[in-house]
Amino acid sequence: MRDTFVTSATALLDDPRTTIVLADISAAAFAPAALRHPDRVLNVGIREQLMVGVAGGLALTGQRPIVHSYAPFLVERAYEQIKLDLDHQGVGAVLVSVGASYDRAAAGRTHLGSADVALIDTLRDWTVHVPGHRDEVPGLLRDVVCGQDSAYLRLSTQSNARAYPDAGDLRVLRDAGPGAPLLVAVGPLLDAALAAVEGLPVTVAYTHRPRPFDTAGLRALAGAEVILVEPYLAGTSARVVGAALANRPHRLLALGVGREDLRRYGSAEDHSRWHGLDAAGLRRSVGEFLAAVPAPA
Amino acid sequence: MTTTTATDPVTLGALLDRIRAGREFGANVYSTLDVLQVLYDRVLRITPATIDDPDRDRFLLSKGHAVAGYYALLAAKGFIPVEWLDDQGGPESRLGDHPDRLLVPGVEIGSGSLGHGLGLGVGTALGLRAQGRLDPRVYVLLGDAELDEGSNHEAIAYAGATGLAGLAGLTAIVVDNRSASHGWPGGAASRFTVNGWTAATVDGRDHEALHTALTGHDNHRPHVVVAVVAEEE
Repeated sequence: MRDTFVTSATALLDDPRTTIVLADISAAAFAPAALRHPDRVLNVGIREQLMVGVAGGLALTGQRPIVHSYAPFLVERAYEQIKLDLDHQGVGAVLVSVGASYDRAAAGRTHLGSADVALIDTLRDWTVHVPGHRDEVPGLLRDVVCGQDSAYLRLSTQSNARAYPDAGDLRVLRDAGPGAPLLVAVGPLLDAALAAVEGLPVTVAYTHRPRPFDTAGLRALAGAEVILVEPYLAGTSARVVGAALANRPHRLLALGVGREDLRRYGSAEDHSRWHGLDAAGLRRSVGEFLAAVPAPA
Repeated sequence: MTTTTATDPVTLGALLDRIRAGREFGANVYSTLDVLQVLYDRVLRITPATIDDPDRDRFLLSKGHAVAGYYALLAAKGFIPVEWLDDQGGPESRLGDHPDRLLVPGVEIGSGSLGHGLGLGVGTALGLRAQGRLDPRVYVLLGDAELDEGSNHEAIAYAGATGLAGLAGLTAIVVDNRSASHGWPGGAASRFTVNGWTAATVDGRDHEALHTALTGHDNHRPHVVVAVVAEEE
């Protein structure tokens, strides 16, 4: 996805408003673009606060900044700059991260970024895209860069086998009929989710746009049981689902990355397994959830 | 266009009194008043009619708590109605204890949390350069204690390193009333000059010296003016 992003973002430099702001991460990949557009491909060095502050200043002059780094450095380290230098100034930027929750698992805790979407979700009116395949990236990037508002694109080395470019709104990929439990899979966890419910009477819908969440689609599809499968902090979208279904009885299972610092290395696949987000782990959680019968009132 | 009319001190005093409304001002209000006067009287090319002109000069108040003099100057120059000064900070007021650019005409950034203005100023200067606008200057006002925030040093180092490539239009102003808890041995200016900025350290009460310093950039490098005012002022 990173290569696709670099190619797509470079092409968007044809618009004189587009300005890419980097903090060393991916600077080499953008070097050819920087040679052609030295005024609009800016590498500030390893300075994430400045990276976002510069983006805010650029946006104040009418430029459209694309800001890029590792998820924890982009969102967690520079959170106050995101809040104040963008939102509070009333200007927008497109933030694009790599690394996701545990793409570089062997790098350890410092490079794990599972809290990013939850942090962005403390702010208002952001669009968040979590593509599940590299071919979803160009269209999503183009759409948000052509807009005015703030957006966060969360890229990952994890991927589904195929792309669904038009899955901002919930897209049903497996229909178990009216009233069936609804599983909503976000981004690259779709394939694991589909495998997990093989043979179970569960409807599966996919989205790569958790914000704004397709609450109308959710209300149309949801029965009494909803299962969220998100590739970042567990429960990040629980409040949205809860609010959307507040006026009807429902049970919600919110699966995602746990809060615990596992202090283990290994691979992304290992971390998926440890967080119960591989097909076997998801099937176990979903099975227990559906087997549990609510106590009679 | 450059405004050359000096703000009448009596008028300014009356406007400040109107904001103060019997309260006690902190030292920061008076420490920044002279530099604000020189900026708005003699340096900044901005008027109430040009607050959205892309070729205007930008003034970014990074030490956002220094608002009283700022609001008084904005009122004196016609950016905001004088009546707005009454009930400053009240429930219906547009004038908070820190300025909000979405609420106050002529205010370029919302500030308050220290250490945000210089990064925004660097980005503003880079945006103007990308648009080929070489005329407007970007002024960012900070305090010496604000320099404690590490984000400033990210901006100082980067702006100095890029120098000729684009930040020649940037001027930082440090109002130095020796309020940084651990001080700046060797002077605040040295933090800038070691990174390639030009610098002038002047008496923060001397309007002529301030004017010379504020217009003393060489158009090749970013410039800093350290305006020294007495401690505890």
